Amino acid sequence: MKILALDTSNHPMSVALVEDDQLKATITLNMVRNHSVYVLPAINDLFTKVGWQPSDVDRIVVAKGPGSYTGVRIAVTTAKTLAMTLGKDLVGVSSLKVIAANVPPITNQLIIPFMDARRGNVFAGGYQYQDGQLTNVIPEQHIGYRQLIETVIKRGQSGYLVGELTKKISAEGVKLPDNIQLLPQTYALPSTYQLARLGEQAAAVGNIDDFVPNYLRMTEAEVNWLKQHPGKHSDANYVQEV
Amino acid sequence: MAKDTLILAFESSCDETSVAVVKNGVEILSNIVATQIQSHQRFGGVVPEVASRHHIEWITRCIHQALETAQVDYQDLDAVAVTYGPGLVGSLLIGVTAAKTVAWAHQLPLVPINHMEGHIYAARFVGEFQFPQMALLVSGGHTELVYMPSEHEYEIIGETRDDAAGEAYDKIGRVLGVNYPAGKTIDEWAHQGQDTFHFPRAMEKEANLDFSFSGLKSAFINTCHNADQRGEQLNKYDLAASFQQSVVDVLTEKTLRALGEYPVKQLILAGGVAANQGLRERLTNEMRKNFPDVTMLQAPLKYCGDNAAMIGAAAEVAYRHGDRAGNDLNAVPGLSFPVNKKE
Repeated sequence: MKILALDTSNHPMSVALVEDDQLKATITLNMVRNHSVYVLPAINDLFTKVGWQPSDVDRIVVAKGPGSYTGVRIAVTTAKTLAMTLGKDLVGVSSLKVIAANVPPITNQLIIPFMDARRGNVFAGGYQYQDGQLTNVIPEQHIGYRQLIETVIKRGQSGYLVGELTKKISAEGVKLPDNIQLLPQTYALPSTYQLARLGEQAAAVGNIDDFVPNYLRMTEAEVNWLKQHPGKHSDANYVQEV
Repeated sequence: MAKDTLILAFESSCDETSVAVVKNGVEILSNIVATQIQSHQRFGGVVPEVASRHHIEWITRCIHQALETAQVDYQDLDAVAVTYGPGLVGSLLIGVTAAKTVAWAHQLPLVPINHMEGHIYAARFVGEFQFPQMALLVSGGHTELVYMPSEHEYEIIGETRDDAAGEAYDKIGRVLGVNYPAGKTIDEWAHQGQDTFHFPRAMEKEANLDFSFSGLKSAFINTCHNADQRGEQLNKYDLAASFQQSVVDVLTEKTLRALGEYPVKQLILAGGVAANQGLRERLTNEMRKNFPDVTMLQAPLKYCGDNAAMIGAAAEVAYRHGDRAGNDLNAVPGLSFPVNKKE
């Protein structure tokens, strides 16, 4: 199976071509730049090097968030458009799970991937290897970094924190207990090779048109609107074809 | 007979997701438009992050519906075209990313289109273009006079120094309790009232071709607030008529001045505010009186708002002139025409 995997959820941008579990080629840029300029040239470059035609790909696997809203949308728009226009399978994988997958299946300790979500908050979740499969054990959520650590301490399990410890999160000055270890920053960079492998085993998206990023957060405008309009729900269809 | 040119066009610069198939720049084979107006009406105006989220919900639907409706397959296409600015960056990025991806997947040329160029070309659906030509572009985000000495040559000779005309409509609409987009209601009210307030006509008599609507907006708001404080109820129809009269006077005056300075064969009226009946009527009358030899082409009402068909119409010209973009095309929110602005 030929897989194209792409992740633009945060400032790293990564694309990989994987065939039958083997990494054929990958490009990762780790700069705070506009992914829209780099992602398609990277895909084109890799296809050329590997000698694939666009229609050769069997499956497109994309990191579907959480992360930077604009960032996630670049990869998701590319992936869903490509899958639709070529009639190929589309798979979305949590961007947090991609980071958790950097921890190899040699431990059954709690794995807590996190990413900076501004103002001392993070997107985070909890994973654990169960029968060799990376399984979600703490729902992914938008949470204060301090609160996240408190939640983990309460569970009383030992675990690994995986993520980029940005200046803003460090500034929170949260002390980790002895049984929680922050893994080195080399583990924080998402790998689209891992993403492809996670996506190879997952079920393909049923309706590509309906596939959207997992933002984990409503927009501020909608939160405020719902406060003023109790009883209304946010997922009503507000868009009409004319 | 030359071969037909089929273009798949994308537009997502603000709150409409649209994909169209246009043949030879003039024949609309399909024009799918998903509008988010009802969503943003909850907030009284377009919220950029909400708009971006809606675009990604609708983009692929619009693409395959446009092809199905047109009964066209990818191998029939000659090019893919997309609006890459001006507009909201998050919104533009969805159309740009999707268009680039389709072009790459099917190895089709990608034609980058300026959104305002698209608005001008909506008038192509009512008549053949002749040059030199002048366009009055009026929308929620822009108020511009564009001079086109020949095909595919654009020069902005006048523009707004503050608010766009459509923006002013929305702002005074809020004061009158009319939800965004307020243009249509204000236009209807204006036809039922009289210009009794005589609001200022900003820069009307100045010898340049620029516009300004913020003074008018402030005068309008002050009039309403002062009346409120006195507990006085003003006639909303007269308020609307007075506001619209001022806008139309300024737009007409500057357009006539531009036509005097730049002799042209045609005047194009385009953009969302070009749907305004008051403006259409007034310009038609003034043109008949002052420039009987200049033909006026008004964009069809249906294509005044944002849509991909107009992008396809503009793209046929850009395609013929060799405009191409690569896989690295980015959204340019502040995109301007190649400007040789007159001092």
